Amino acid sequence: MIMNQFLILSAFLFCVGVYGVLARRNGVLVLMSVELMLNGVNLNLIAFSARLHAVSGQVFALFIITIAAAEVGVGLAIVLLIYRNLRSPDLDGVDQLKG
Amino acid sequence: MLDAAWIIPLIPALSFVAILFFGKKMPRQGSEIGIVAIATTFVLSCVAAVQWIQRVNRYEGSHQGLGALGKSLMLSTQEHGAVVKPVVHSITWWQNGAFKFGIGIQIDGLAVMMLFVVTLISLLVHIYSTAYMKGDIRFTYFYAALSLFTASMLILVVAPNTLQLLVGWELVGLCSFMLIGHWWEEGANTNAALKAFLTTRTGDIGLMIGVIITFFAAGTFNIVGINQYALSPGADHTLMVVGASCLLIGIIGKSGQFPLHTWLPDAMAGPTPVSALIHAATMVVAGVYLGARVYGVFWSGFNIGDGGMNPMAVIGAITILIGAALAFVQDDIKKVLAYSTVSQLGYMVMGLGVGSWVGAVFHLFTHAFFKALLFLGAGSVSHSGSHHSFDMKKDMGGLRKYMPITFWTFLIGSAALAGIAPLAGFWSKDEILATAGQGGFELFAIVGLVGAFLTAAYMTRCVYLTFFGEYRGHGQPHESPKAITVPLIVLAVFSVFAGLANAAPLGLEKFGEYVEPKFAFPPVIVPTFDYGLAGASLFIVLSAIGVGVFLWFREEEMHAFKGLTKRNVLARGGYALLVNKYYLDDLYEGVIVAGIKGPIARASYWINQNVIDAVVKGAGLAARAIAGGTYTLDQDVLDAGYDGLARETGASGGLLSRVQTGRLQWYALVSFAAIGVFSLALVIFR
Amino acid sequence: MSWFDDWALTLAVFLPVVGMVILLLIPRAEEGAQKLVALLTTLVTFAVGIGILFRFDYNRAGRLQFGVDKSWIDVINSRYHMGIDGISLPLLILSMFITVLCVIYSWNHFPEPHNPKAFLALILLLEVGMNGTFAAQDLILFFVFFEIVLLPMFFMIGVWGGPNREYASIKFFLFTLFGSALMLLSFLALYFLSDVHTFSIPALSALHGSGIVEGTQTLVFAGMFLGFAIKVPMFPFHTWLPDAHTEAPTVGSVLLAAIMLKLGTYGFIRIALPLLPKGAINWAPWIGGLAVIGIIYGAFCCLAQTDMKRLIAFSSVAHMGFVMLGIATLTDFGINAAIFGMVAHGLITGMLFFVAGSVQHNFHTREIKRLGGLLVQAPKMGWILGFCVMASLGLPGLAGFWGEFPAILSAFQPAPGLSDVVFRVYMVIAAIGTVLAAGYLLWMLQRVAFGTPKSEFEDADIHDVGLAEWIAWTPMLLGIVILGVYPNLLFSLTNPAVEHVSRVFAR
Repeated sequence: MIMNQFLILSAFLFCVGVYGVLARRNGVLVLMSVELMLNGVNLNLIAFSARLHAVSGQVFALFIITIAAAEVGVGLAIVLLIYRNLRSPDLDGVDQLKG
Repeated sequence: MLDAAWIIPLIPALSFVAILFFGKKMPRQGSEIGIVAIATTFVLSCVAAVQWIQRVNRYEGSHQGLGALGKSLMLSTQEHGAVVKPVVHSITWWQNGAFKFGIGIQIDGLAVMMLFVVTLISLLVHIYSTAYMKGDIRFTYFYAALSLFTASMLILVVAPNTLQLLVGWELVGLCSFMLIGHWWEEGANTNAALKAFLTTRTGDIGLMIGVIITFFAAGTFNIVGINQYALSPGADHTLMVVGASCLLIGIIGKSGQFPLHTWLPDAMAGPTPVSALIHAATMVVAGVYLGARVYGVFWSGFNIGDGGMNPMAVIGAITILIGAALAFVQDDIKKVLAYSTVSQLGYMVMGLGVGSWVGAVFHLFTHAFFKALLFLGAGSVSHSGSHHSFDMKKDMGGLRKYMPITFWTFLIGSAALAGIAPLAGFWSKDEILATAGQGGFELFAIVGLVGAFLTAAYMTRCVYLTFFGEYRGHGQPHESPKAITVPLIVLAVFSVFAGLANAAPLGLEKFGEYVEPKFAFPPVIVPTFDYGLAGASLFIVLSAIGVGVFLWFREEEMHAFKGLTKRNVLARGGYALLVNKYYLDDLYEGVIVAGIKGPIARASYWINQNVIDAVVKGAGLAARAIAGGTYTLDQDVLDAGYDGLARETGASGGLLSRVQTGRLQWYALVSFAAIGVFSLALVIFR
Repeated sequence: MSWFDDWALTLAVFLPVVGMVILLLIPRAEEGAQKLVALLTTLVTFAVGIGILFRFDYNRAGRLQFGVDKSWIDVINSRYHMGIDGISLPLLILSMFITVLCVIYSWNHFPEPHNPKAFLALILLLEVGMNGTFAAQDLILFFVFFEIVLLPMFFMIGVWGGPNREYASIKFFLFTLFGSALMLLSFLALYFLSDVHTFSIPALSALHGSGIVEGTQTLVFAGMFLGFAIKVPMFPFHTWLPDAHTEAPTVGSVLLAAIMLKLGTYGFIRIALPLLPKGAINWAPWIGGLAVIGIIYGAFCCLAQTDMKRLIAFSSVAHMGFVMLGIATLTDFGINAAIFGMVAHGLITGMLFFVAGSVQHNFHTREIKRLGGLLVQAPKMGWILGFCVMASLGLPGLAGFWGEFPAILSAFQPAPGLSDVVFRVYMVIAAIGTVLAAGYLLWMLQRVAFGTPKSEFEDADIHDVGLAEWIAWTPMLLGIVILGVYPNLLFSLTNPAVEHVSRVFAR
């Protein structure tokens, strides 16, 4: 089994996700980037699960998919509220917790 | 009665409570409660005294010859057979570990003597005050305080251990404070009260530490035990020296010894009966009483038996001289008497210091009568003669015509104080001087004689200014009521005859027989009566009176002479010799007597007021200054430090809060960066 | 009556909680009912205390009695373990007693902003903490009660206090909490260091710190020292006290002085000394030194005061110095004196704060300079002030003396292993402190009570001691006299228990 390709792909996905989270202003795009990161991790988990013949990796992946769905639900609701309040999905405006 | 003597302090204590709660409702505002209570204690004290005498007689009857033996070293009863032991009873007062500490009574000759003196004078003062304090705004309170004082003093007197003695000691100090500040509306009175309390309490540091040291040395607070330990060959001499020195500081504070005597004259701010009772007859002798009680500690600590010099005798001697010298320059009759008290207390302390236990205690006994008499006499003068003033020069003079009873009793008191035979003061002073002379303390005997001279001279001045010459006051002087004169007469009788209790040449040595302890007591010497010394002292006293009369009574003669010399030119020449005599006298007066009564006395008074008293005052001011500094330190350094700590914590928090930008992606960046750094570190340092 | 023995301490500690709940259910407007409930609660609690006094076996005062030992937090082997012996009994009773009197005094002396409901509830909560601390025999339980006390006092000062109340209350809270944190650390260290892994105080005292090396003991003792010393408060950790006292309402000051300060000294005797004897010996000279510094330092600070309450607060620093000196000698003399001193100081200083509170109530000032002639305008109050001053300066025949004199006495001969010379120096300094104490107290008495009233108060409407005050004060005044005249009442009670503590050091 060729492990490297899976790992490279998942690292690539994760890095794209990180870049998206850090660099994009739009809340929706940040959420999508988080999804990318999560799926990068999923790919990693499944790859190792198949390689090591251990089922726990796939179980984790399933959990992550479920949690990600919930997370997107909550996250979109938050973005929606931000949009309603600030008339823009831009995250830079949300700095009320500034110390 | 000896076994039940605990009743004696209890009665005035109950009387205090009764007057406090019911006094105001009584027809005579509580004074009757006090008088009845004190009269009862007086009777009981007399009974106790008689029983003690019987007890001693019984012992001497059954153990022939032990009287003589008792005067030699009596440390262990096993060796010498039975001797009269004090009656000691106590109940547990507090406990600690295996120790149980008692409160109770120790009745022996010294205790019954003091019981008699305290209750008698207290009774007379109670009666006297019904007239003297009549109409006072705090009449009931005054009687309550008198009762409390009597109770405290009796607690002190019957104390079987040093701790109870300390308790009584502090309580009489409290009463003294309350009564000096009786008219507390005026700042001067409360200042005097505070000064008295704080000065004596300074001495109490010494007493407290002395009590502690003797406790740990002897393993007990019991007076008998401490004396036994101190006189035993195994006693730790260092502890005894330190303990005796500390106790001496206590005595100095309470008994107005140099250099802590300055509170006593100020204490005259209190009502006169209080001065008589507390600041002349009883409380101020508490120090002497303490010295007499734990005499073993002083004997062994100061090596009194060896003669020479010791701190106790030196302090007493200095006090005799400065007290007497200061009495010359006072215009306030009570202040004269106060300095005289200081000086006489010096005799007692010196007496203890030179090994004259009997002399000191005997002088305490006689002094109580004639000094109380003098104070009450002064009170009588101010009450009925000088319109509540005590200034001899402004408001008195010539009162002998108006107040004969006061005059004669005062004269008797003065003579007794001056030491004219055969009045009380002569015998007791002579006993001290004789012991000093024969016990290797010759120097102190001479100091005593000088003191006697000064005493006689200033009392002459005092009597002259008060009772002779022209009346200088503005009231209508008249004799005092019976409540005042009767106590005066009683005290005068005692001042005449009290000395006979221990008049050696008449074969009366009752103090040596009944008062001197036979048990756990050092081998003091018994002086033989020295006719030469007695004669010398009598001569000195009489010459002092002569000089005094000559100096102070002279003014009247001068008038006559001046008149004569002005009227008649011949007479002027005829009396040239006389005038010359006067020049000589002026020279004599100007150089010697004025030297003593003028510059020296004034200088010592100046030193007293400006150096010693200034030190006392300065100590107070310094304490206040240090207090200010300490408080500044507390607030500006210590507290500011804590405040600063809190402020810096807050500030650093504020500094850190800038990191919180509130921007989500900034946080994410920081976390990722941190994760990156840590992963890198993990890889590198693995 | 055996049920009483089992339940007495639980009742004593938690009855006030019940009262507090009932109190909180009463509507705000019905102040009469609130006061009544609070008074009844404290009275019933005190009745339990009386019951304890009757059932207490005085022949076995050295042993724990009224023991309760139930499982509580099994994970860390901490148990609901209560019990009292001769050391805790007087303090427990004192705490119940003073609380009753405080509620009575509050009857018509509620400080602004009034709100009796909250105020009384806080007093009751305070009582829970205080009673619990004196009864707890488990370190964690002790710690919980020790900390419960902070909360009500914080609010009392912060809400009902003087003009500078916020500063004072926060300072009080932070200071004490800081000490508590280190104390808790020490407790945990004890748990892990001892082989038995327990928080039980009797079990740990029975070990006498065996199995813990000297260096560790010294370190662990340091943590406890900080916790307790701040509460006492010892120099130099005392600076929260004057502020807290000055700002606190009268009742708060009384409770603070009378009971809360004793939590610290009690902690030393109950926990620090028996659990870590070697640490105690290493620390004793320092504690003694700080104690005598506190005596002199407190006295000097008193002399510089212009505010009556602040003066009394600083006098607490000096008086607690005597208590700590007694403890530092590690002898039965010293520790007995310390407990007596704690009770005496509770009664006397509590009374002084009561009087100061009433003076302020009448004159609306505590400036000593502006006062004067109290004896003319309110003679009874003036005499009571004089009485308390005399008691406070350690006059024999009143309670204060028996805390002071034996403490000084004990310093002559401290426990073996301690330097005689050092402690004898302390003894002399402490004795000098008694004169200074007389100085500042009499100076205050002279300026407040003697003389004639100042012109600004000549026509003031001054009320002498009223009914509520008489009821609240008389028992305390009687207590001061009774303990002073017959001190064995307390010494015979504490002595057997103290011997258990001091025996370790006597070897």
